[in-house]
Amino acid sequence: MTEDRLEADLAAMWRIRAFEEKLQALHKSGELIGSVHLCIGQEAAPVGACTELVDGDALFATYRGHGWALAKGTPTRELFAELLGRATGVNGGRGGSAYFSAPEYGFYGENSIVGAGASHAVGAALAGKHDGSGRIAMAVFGDGAMNQGAVGEAMNFAAAFDLPVLFVCENNRYSELTPINDMVRNDQLTERATALGIPATRIDGNDPARVRSTVAGYAAEARNGGGPAFVELITQRLVGHYIGDVQQYRTRAELEADGLVEPLAVATSALAGSGVDTDAIEGRARAEIEAAAEQALADPFADPDTAKEHLYA
Amino acid sequence: MPELTYAGAVNAALRRCLEELPETLLYGEDVAKPGGVHGVTRKLWKDFGDRVFDTPISESAILGSAVGAAMLGRRPIVEIMWADFFLVALDQLVNQAANVRYVSGGRLAAPLTVRTQQGNSPGACAQHSQNLEALFTHIPGLRVVVPSTPQNAYDSMLSAVHCDDPVVVFDNRTLYFGEKQEVDTSAAPAPIGGSTVRRTGSAATVVTWGAITHRVLEAADRLAADGIEVTVLETPWLNPFDHDAVHASVARTGGRLAVVHEANVTGGFGGEVVVRALEAGVLSARPVRIGAADGRIPAAPALAAELLPGTDRIETELRTLARD
Ligand SMILES: Cc1ncc(C[n+]2csc(CCOP(=O)(O)OP(=O)(O)O)c2C)c(N)n1
Ligand SMILES: [Mg+2]
Repeated sequence: MTEDRLEADLAAMWRIRAFEEKLQALHKSGELIGSVHLCIGQEAAPVGACTELVDGDALFATYRGHGWALAKGTPTRELFAELLGRATGVNGGRGGSAYFSAPEYGFYGENSIVGAGASHAVGAALAGKHDGSGRIAMAVFGDGAMNQGAVGEAMNFAAAFDLPVLFVCENNRYSELTPINDMVRNDQLTERATALGIPATRIDGNDPARVRSTVAGYAAEARNGGGPAFVELITQRLVGHYIGDVQQYRTRAELEADGLVEPLAVATSALAGSGVDTDAIEGRARAEIEAAAEQALADPFADPDTAKEHLYA
Repeated sequence: MPELTYAGAVNAALRRCLEELPETLLYGEDVAKPGGVHGVTRKLWKDFGDRVFDTPISESAILGSAVGAAMLGRRPIVEIMWADFFLVALDQLVNQAANVRYVSGGRLAAPLTVRTQQGNSPGACAQHSQNLEALFTHIPGLRVVVPSTPQNAYDSMLSAVHCDDPVVVFDNRTLYFGEKQEVDTSAAPAPIGGSTVRRTGSAATVVTWGAITHRVLEAADRLAADGIEVTVLETPWLNPFDHDAVHASVARTGGRLAVVHEANVTGGFGGEVVVRALEAGVLSARPVRIGAADGRIPAAPALAAELLPGTDRIETELRTLARD
């Protein structure tokens, strides 16, 4: 059973990894233009957490949100198309890599302003209180976002009104090019939540099962009127903050150590000897991604005549 | 004279300020050890110790601490990585920095400089593409400058840091690593303000600032090839703004005036430039404002190009104005 689950998780993580690696290639070839933030190394978080969200729940992510959108079921072709400026993109090219949304899949969007999504999640939970949906909302943000005033305000707002918001902090140890530990005195980020009366846990964010069970517990409490919770996921990005960041601020040793604990490596070795063909899992993911990218590349560019549409009702 | 890119020129100006003014500080997100996400502040941290430092992602505290430090005698230079990020912390500039001198009756001051950069670059999303200079120029008590060349950037930074009031310097990231140019780094800091005639011609006066100046000059060259010579007056300082130079130039160019900025037209500072010219009685032709369409900026380059003023559109509109 747990092996089946791990196999499925590895497949889901490979889809994200393959998607992101394809973006690297498309950026290199000049087909993907602009700033792109990859979640390579952080795939366990969306894969573990998103299975605990149900129809009607609302997820708010950041510019590093491709994995979250994929885990919520957003079609790969439409995501590629969005990033490639195609008319068939989830937002017709308006959003781009760092700011798209796919509400049909419960993905209420990335955000390119650090910390902005946290209060949107609070609002989604507030709406749920009034529309009878029983919705819970999830806000995903990074360690660095903890130092943004808006996040603190959002957390206390949710706490004061017992709103069902799961605050998920992906701690990859860096905010852009600066280590989080240089920017805080107390590196126990969960203590900021507990100080506000929000239950909080710091866990291994590279283990999708652990992420899932933790989120499941808090989600159940939130659905039962237990109010907000905070989960800090310890993880790492294996690549730069954005494509093109050469990461001079990280040592080779650190990157190598990260490579040993990153979620795909861990899941792959956990499945060694189980009879599961992990190479085949990777191969299937890559094939799906290649096909989706190819379709998106063949799609028409967004039509300039539509550039002014949708500004107002 | 050293040959510098725009980024290099800003770096040199910052270095000079840090050297010559011991009361300066330089801080912001990723500006010290990483040298800035655009590499503009590279290596300054090495030479100025704890006067140059990285901060948390806390724009309110960056700007607010700059206000407080400035009130107490420091001369902070702080960076807001993208002009769009100002918006999470506007209180500290609009309600705080801008009021310090006035409300204290001049007993306090807020001599701080905020470096930022703005505008669209291909693929940038709606939250990383805005041109917000008019928003700040609307606020009395703040000074605003939008340079376009390495020399301009060097001089503006020097003037800004020496200014005893809060100054916002808007760069445009697409300019940072353009062609190197000779930059005079020896002149004494000039007072803030002023404008530069970038080319002369009698057909019309074109007022512009920031990165789009380069497109305007390109369009003007194309017109010149057809015998239409326009004056391009670059006005990097929006506050204080050189209205006198504009009016004098418009009077020399048949009362024809165009203003070009990348910011969208409604509420853009171009409107103010035009109305002041109208009030001064120097206009004899219908004035022209060229800017982005009033819209959000889409990430897809093909969509963004439709909304932003490109060289072709500038050329066409100037041609019509010159013939009016
Ligand atoms: C208000 C605001 N300030 C600064 C930035 C620039 N910026 C983008 S991502 C980032 C780092 C965020 O770090 P973290 O929250 O840890 O997320 P990560 O990128 O590591 O996923 C910064 C400073 C921004 N987008 N918005
Ligand atoms: Mg981080």
